[in-house]
Amino acid sequence: MNERRLVILGGGTAGTMVANRLHRELRDWTVVVVDRDDEHHYQPGYLFVPFGTYEPQDLVRSRRKFLDDAVEVVYAEVDRVDPEASMVHLQGGRELGYDQLIIATGTHPDPGETPGMLGSGWNDTVFDLYTLDGARRLADALESWTGGRLVVQVCEMPIKCPVAALEFAFLADAHLRRTGRRSATELVYVTPLDGAFTKPIASRELGTKLAERDIELEADFMVDVIDEDRRVIVSYDEREVPYDLLVTVPVNRGAAFVGRSGLGDELDHVRVDPATMQSTAAGNIFAIGDAANLPTSKAGSVAHFAVDVFVDNFLDHVAGRRMDREFDGHANCFIETGDGKAMMIDFNYHTQPLSGAYPLPGVGPFRLLEESRINHAGKLAFRWLYWHMLLPGRPLPLASEMSMRGKVPEEVNA
Amino acid sequence: MTIAQMDGREIHVDQEGFVTEYDDWDPDLADLLATNIGLELTRRHREVLEFLRQDYRQQGETPTLRRVTAVGGFPTRELFRLFPKKPAKKMSYVAGLPKPVGCV
Ligand SMILES: Cc1cc2nc3c(=O)[nH]c(=O)nc-3n(C[C@H](O)[C@H](O)[C@H](O)COP(=O)(O)OP(=O)(O)OC[C@H]3O[C@@H](n4cnc5c(N)ncnc54)[C@H](O)[C@@H]3O)c2cc1C
Repeated sequence: MNERRLVILGGGTAGTMVANRLHRELRDWTVVVVDRDDEHHYQPGYLFVPFGTYEPQDLVRSRRKFLDDAVEVVYAEVDRVDPEASMVHLQGGRELGYDQLIIATGTHPDPGETPGMLGSGWNDTVFDLYTLDGARRLADALESWTGGRLVVQVCEMPIKCPVAALEFAFLADAHLRRTGRRSATELVYVTPLDGAFTKPIASRELGTKLAERDIELEADFMVDVIDEDRRVIVSYDEREVPYDLLVTVPVNRGAAFVGRSGLGDELDHVRVDPATMQSTAAGNIFAIGDAANLPTSKAGSVAHFAVDVFVDNFLDHVAGRRMDREFDGHANCFIETGDGKAMMIDFNYHTQPLSGAYPLPGVGPFRLLEESRINHAGKLAFRWLYWHMLLPGRPLPLASEMSMRGKVPEEVNA
Repeated sequence: MTIAQMDGREIHVDQEGFVTEYDDWDPDLADLLATNIGLELTRRHREVLEFLRQDYRQQGETPTLRRVTAVGGFPTRELFRLFPKKPAKKMSYVAGLPKPVGCV
């Protein structure tokens, strides 16, 4: 048989989108998706679980249901890729050969990476916001919270959805105010960055929002250990931040097989060309979504824009043509700020988040770098879009390349 | 891109003062850059800078703090002692390299 096989590792946001898009185009190929289980989580929803907005069952669907019937699904843990032999080894011994391989195994919190995190206080006074289980347990802890120091902390960059912890701090502030516990609570936001965000203008705007809400900012804090008996986090330069309740975003790592297969960086994210997402180690391996080491945010929206560019390129690539589209790192995130409002940021590899309107210049309806109710409505509507438009690979009326139309350049802004 | 006069010659730097031309850098310039941020370089500092320069040449990007520890073998705590508060930024500045990306 001369039928060719495309294997996609990971059936999450990016893997599902790309499988659905590509199998429609590659009629004479077999498309196989490998994932360890059949539970597709809507991860952006985790953020709302601690406040009771969503229940866990609102956020989990069958993966299979969101993959076209013609896509083959294999449920197994990936053990290793052998790029030389173009072979995937699954745990349990099964092997899967491929002509082309797409790695979409994302990135995940690794609490074991920080000494002390998995100690006596884990799931008691220390909670991980980045798993459904952690978010659910945190809901219980918040429910019985009567006051003290609530510390929200990011361990190390890069993490997926780099603004989620900040959003949690804003939402916690609003939630505790609403339930009469804010004045008994000291809220602290701890980050390894030198401000509230990576890029200067957004960092300034978000820093202002923290100050307005009386949320203390502890910047340049690289955690060395968590001492759960004394309830302090200690930085490498020996600063200590005490807490009564710690909400942490552990170090995020790509799938371990990426490192074992010689395809990754120090955090097991796949080394790729930032424009084409082709592995720097093998011409028939690509990585999309959080799994790739692209110098832009790790987010579902980024994966969506990247897939647009990737699909065109990939079709050229398998037809033996040059890949001539270049991904620009376009990222677009809503940032919940509490009380039914949100901000929005839109940026790429080269342009930092600016103020203005999106997607239509002057009109919006979304406001960039400003709080508004419509932004919040957009964030909530995203869950519907995610299941019904994004995953099936239906076109969204948003350009994959970032546009300067509607944005206010920095000079004017300053 | 701007040109700065340093060490009696023209050095290409960006808005934040990071050297943008790999070959503009030499160990004497490192001393000067270090002074700009209140550091005095020891042999150990220079070993770290050496690793950064060499890794950049091979990989085409400034190594992250994690990489300097994992691949270069310099304990993170020591890096914080050598380049206080902001080691990633300070190391790359003194090494004449771009700020490490990945902080996105
Ligand atoms: C709290 C939180 C809030 C967020 N908010 C937003 C938001 O508001 N907007 C936004 O755009 N994004 C948000 N994100 C990020 C978004 O969820 C991710 O960027 C997106 O899901 C990435 O898609 P992916 O396909 O790369 O990875 P994933 O969707 O994580 O999929 C990876 C898949 O690979 C599988 N896998 C991994 N390793 C193996 C293995 N060894 N063997 C077999 N299978 C494996 C996993 O089971 C998983 O199904 C948020 C994330 C979190 C955690």
